[in-house]
Amino acid sequence: MFSAEQSCWFVRKVVCWRAAASIAWAVLLLPPVTALFVVLSRVSLFHPIQWITECLSILTSASTMFSFVLLCGVVVVVGYFNLEYYTVTPSIACSKIALLAQLLHPRQFVHSLVHCIMGVIVAWCCAITIGPRYQNFASLCTLADGDPQLCLNEYHLVLVLFGAFVGYSHSLFGVMHNMNYVPFHAVQQYKYLRFKGNLPLVVKCSAIQSLYFTRNYLGVYFFLGYIPRSWLCNTLSLQLNSSLHPLDSVAGLLDLSMLYHLWISGTFLLLTWYLTVLLFRVFVTEVYNFPVQATFAEQANRCLPKVLPGQQPMILKFLALQDLALLSQHSPSRRVQVFSLSQPGGHPHNWNAISSECLSLLADLTQRLVAHHETVAINGRAKLHSAGSDKKSISTDSSGLSMTQDISTPRSSGVIHTPVSVFLRSSVASAAQNPLTAPFTPDLDSPFSSPALRRLAPHLEPTSPWSDTVQSPHIMRRGPKLWSASTDSQTSGSLSPSPSSALSPHPAVSKPSPLAQFLHNRKEQVKHFLARRVLIMYLFNKLPEASSQALFADSQSHIWALEGLSHLVAASFSEDKFGVVQTTLPSILGIMLVLQEAVDRHFKLPHASSKPLRSACSMGDCTYKTLRFALRATLKTAIYRITTTFGQHLNAIKMSAEHRKRLQQFLEYKE
Amino acid sequence: MCSLAFFPPPLPRGQITLCETNNELVSTESSQKQDYGPLSLYFPRESLKPHSRTENSSKAAFLQHSETLWIRSATSWREAGLTGLLEEIVNSSTEAPKWLSVSSGCVLALLQRVSSLFPHLKLSSENMIAEFSQVLNWSDCAVRAFAWHPHTEKFAVALLDDSIKIYNPKSATPPTLKHRLQRSVACVQWKPLCASALAVACQTCLLVWHVDPCSLSIRPSSGCAQVLSHPGHSPVTSIAWSPSGSLLVSASPVDTSMMVWDVAAESCVPLQRVGGGGVTFLSWSPDGSHVLAATPAPLFRVWETRMWTCERWPCLKGRCESGCWSPDGSRLLFTIQGEAVIYSLTFSDTPGTMKGSKAAAIVADLSETTFTTPAGDIIVGGEVQLLAWDPRGERLAVLLKGDSEAAARPAMVAVFKTRNDPIFELLPCGFIQGEPGAEPRLMQFHPNFPHGAMLTVCWSNGRITHVPFYFLSAGVPHLGLNGSPAMPQPEERLVDYGNNTLYTELCS
Repeated sequence: MFSAEQSCWFVRKVVCWRAAASIAWAVLLLPPVTALFVVLSRVSLFHPIQWITECLSILTSASTMFSFVLLCGVVVVVGYFNLEYYTVTPSIACSKIALLAQLLHPRQFVHSLVHCIMGVIVAWCCAITIGPRYQNFASLCTLADGDPQLCLNEYHLVLVLFGAFVGYSHSLFGVMHNMNYVPFHAVQQYKYLRFKGNLPLVVKCSAIQSLYFTRNYLGVYFFLGYIPRSWLCNTLSLQLNSSLHPLDSVAGLLDLSMLYHLWISGTFLLLTWYLTVLLFRVFVTEVYNFPVQATFAEQANRCLPKVLPGQQPMILKFLALQDLALLSQHSPSRRVQVFSLSQPGGHPHNWNAISSECLSLLADLTQRLVAHHETVAINGRAKLHSAGSDKKSISTDSSGLSMTQDISTPRSSGVIHTPVSVFLRSSVASAAQNPLTAPFTPDLDSPFSSPALRRLAPHLEPTSPWSDTVQSPHIMRRGPKLWSASTDSQTSGSLSPSPSSALSPHPAVSKPSPLAQFLHNRKEQVKHFLARRVLIMYLFNKLPEASSQALFADSQSHIWALEGLSHLVAASFSEDKFGVVQTTLPSILGIMLVLQEAVDRHFKLPHASSKPLRSACSMGDCTYKTLRFALRATLKTAIYRITTTFGQHLNAIKMSAEHRKRLQQFLEYKE
Repeated sequence: MCSLAFFPPPLPRGQITLCETNNELVSTESSQKQDYGPLSLYFPRESLKPHSRTENSSKAAFLQHSETLWIRSATSWREAGLTGLLEEIVNSSTEAPKWLSVSSGCVLALLQRVSSLFPHLKLSSENMIAEFSQVLNWSDCAVRAFAWHPHTEKFAVALLDDSIKIYNPKSATPPTLKHRLQRSVACVQWKPLCASALAVACQTCLLVWHVDPCSLSIRPSSGCAQVLSHPGHSPVTSIAWSPSGSLLVSASPVDTSMMVWDVAAESCVPLQRVGGGGVTFLSWSPDGSHVLAATPAPLFRVWETRMWTCERWPCLKGRCESGCWSPDGSRLLFTIQGEAVIYSLTFSDTPGTMKGSKAAAIVADLSETTFTTPAGDIIVGGEVQLLAWDPRGERLAVLLKGDSEAAARPAMVAVFKTRNDPIFELLPCGFIQGEPGAEPRLMQFHPNFPHGAMLTVCWSNGRITHVPFYFLSAGVPHLGLNGSPAMPQPEERLVDYGNNTLYTELCS
């Protein structure tokens, strides 16, 4: 398979090498971090000379060398997990139950387990280096009756369990804060400078995070610490040293030096792991230069027009789009290649491939927004009603054939899938089937809204703005007002080019049988019953604005597509010798204006325009939470870039009256 | 090299420069009834109430000294930060424990030693803005910042009372922007390729207003403003939008890193370079490829915007005070504090590279020149406050600082005619003068004036005037043999300046 071969090429030749380089750097950074840890963990201000000599002797001892080798292994494993689990589109849970499902996923279980073990190993290494108090698992002690016995060293146990706890919490936090999400930055910098700029943040984060983990761990150990202790004592037939406080008591836990050692070990653990994550992000998001035209035949698969339409891997698509956005801004020589004609034949293949891919991305987003808006709009109404009022009136108004239909390429049905596909998979298709999947849909109202309201809905319908009697997807495609259409949720997934396939669901739905009516009523009753249970409400309630975030989760690609297209179009004003861009200019403008309208409409929904809280300090990058705002701004700027460059020339372009009106707003700077 | 000696003498007192046409500056008597046009504004200094401030000197007079040391320490921590706290402890050594006062004395001495490396860190944030703002005598100026919209006929004016008004010839009532955090505005700038976004550099943060151009509201709510702040990044003295409208950079003299904001996502990337101790002034080249970043030390940087690497340009004498880019981004003109010359640097237009000239060349000599006028001698020249280059690259306006004490050395706006292609030339054009007693404080060229260039000048008496320069652009084919395009409105009160020779010779 063509694309499979290609993805193999990219992952094998680029991503893997980048990951390997990042792991190598992380390993190289390990000695200074370890040295710093040793120095800080044995700090004693009143005996500075002793402190320094001790540190030196520890750093050169054989046990440190051994634990250092172990730590290198841990870093390599963590780096490998970064490579395996990274994603460029964050997975956003729309409700508590979805988050829970993510946490209990087998893949995540493996992640947690491995990190737990890694945490134990790191903590054991820490115990070795910190000093005699933690070093051994068992120690000699004299019991009350006087004979020496092997006792459990509880400090060692506490530290090792702390490592497991931090490792598990790290994995857990990774899911909750999307730590495996690799963000792309608007500003390009060299790798070293980017790393240097982020380093203070990482140190701060790991120190603060370690503080929180220590606090939580103390709580857990206070209540549950006796279980592992007694278990170990029983299985290994060790004694408890009764002369010391047991550590799951208040007096035992309030040991300041132990708290400090726990905190510094946690910081060390998190710092080495976060550094690995940071290096991985820096390396993997580095700009990759794809050739626009292949010089040799064997490179033909690796040039930009061939790479862009590919679906997998996502990182390849993202890097290709990023490269497109950059070349459109910064390199005139590569733009010339984009605008060039094929030899022989004289077809603008490069431009056609690039523009059609960008446009299908944008059309796909529009379609998603429209579908989402529909689900929200009909959520409070009776879903059955859509079947009853479906008149299948297909207008023959073919004159107003819109841009959407022109560009909906055969691929448009499967353009981009968000990996969770929170939206695509479950929302539209299964919302009507299973009450329990309803909360996964990114709509905003509670799925358990009162049935009474739903019964009222048909009466309200004619007065609502959604009462346009246009139901078929056929007509939906006609005008620029895309969402004015079908209340049937199933059609929203398809802007597919063949009308027959789009119409197929209708005959099934159009006759509401008594059985269906009965089932529907039962479903409502079950929903109503469940809605009153507090726990279920808690689990299934929508998280505010999560649906918006999920909708725009992969919008970085749309932002690049918009930037790339608009810069290319603006540059074509002076650089496009053959006029290849002019042929697609109407559809580009059409798509952008339709998207603009859809985005405007989306931001009128509740929660959509509320800003997320700034998270204080966490390694999980939360830029994905604001992607929708970035997309809105980029979209406006992109349209303005085209209108400012072309000015009044745009009046010569054929487009529908509604689009022209909107474009005029942009020409007059009134948007 | 061009110097002020080639300039026509300043107008006698009472004459006001109206416009440039047919290669001459046209002036009129100020006593005549003035018709300043629709967009000329007047903000009398008296009508604006500045935000009341707590003066450092009056602090002791109002504080109750019966308060305990801890309360006073807390107050001084709030007002003056760490140094204030330490000073308070050292000053009241009788109350504080001995170890505390001694140790805080040591820390204070250490801090002062460190900050003496960067003397600007000792300034209060108000004084710092006044020192590094592009406005001449910022603290006493009625108009504190001014910005034309890059695409349409509207502009924003920041006033002494911390409000911003947006003027538009089509609407009668200008919207007024006020925000709790909008204090001591140092700079405003409209976002390019956008109708509504206005970035404001304030004392504590950065505000981005979204003023809907279709809205009729006179007082947009503070919900329309986005607050961008970063710890340690205040006061903000300069901001610059990228010409493509996607990024915003901001600078603070206190912060060694300059921030590159993705405004919509409210995320920022700090670009840190320690040398210089801060960033005072930013200017983005019109082609988007370079950013000039001046520091409080005798050093400035030119960033290349593709990979964000920078070139260091150490200066000999003082800090870089102002700078401007040619329209194609290939040439940077800048001035240095303490030197009365304009320097020029060229950059190749290959993006991503920083290959340009190895040293800055002096292109204009602005040393003090005495002109004899009927009213007496006037000395013009000296240090430069602000440079402005019109978007076509044909007129360069230079705001000369003058001396506020000496009446014979007023601040002046000198205008040069410039040409960038095929060789760089500077020719004298003339001085722009306002009403008697009014000094220019701030100026900006209109970004797209169809008949040539238009310079907007904010005067010390609170008036804002617009001086058009009618000329045919060198790049546009000339229709007639010579002369300017027809002026849009008839001018009757033209004063003939025929006895002054036209400057056509090349003086470079």
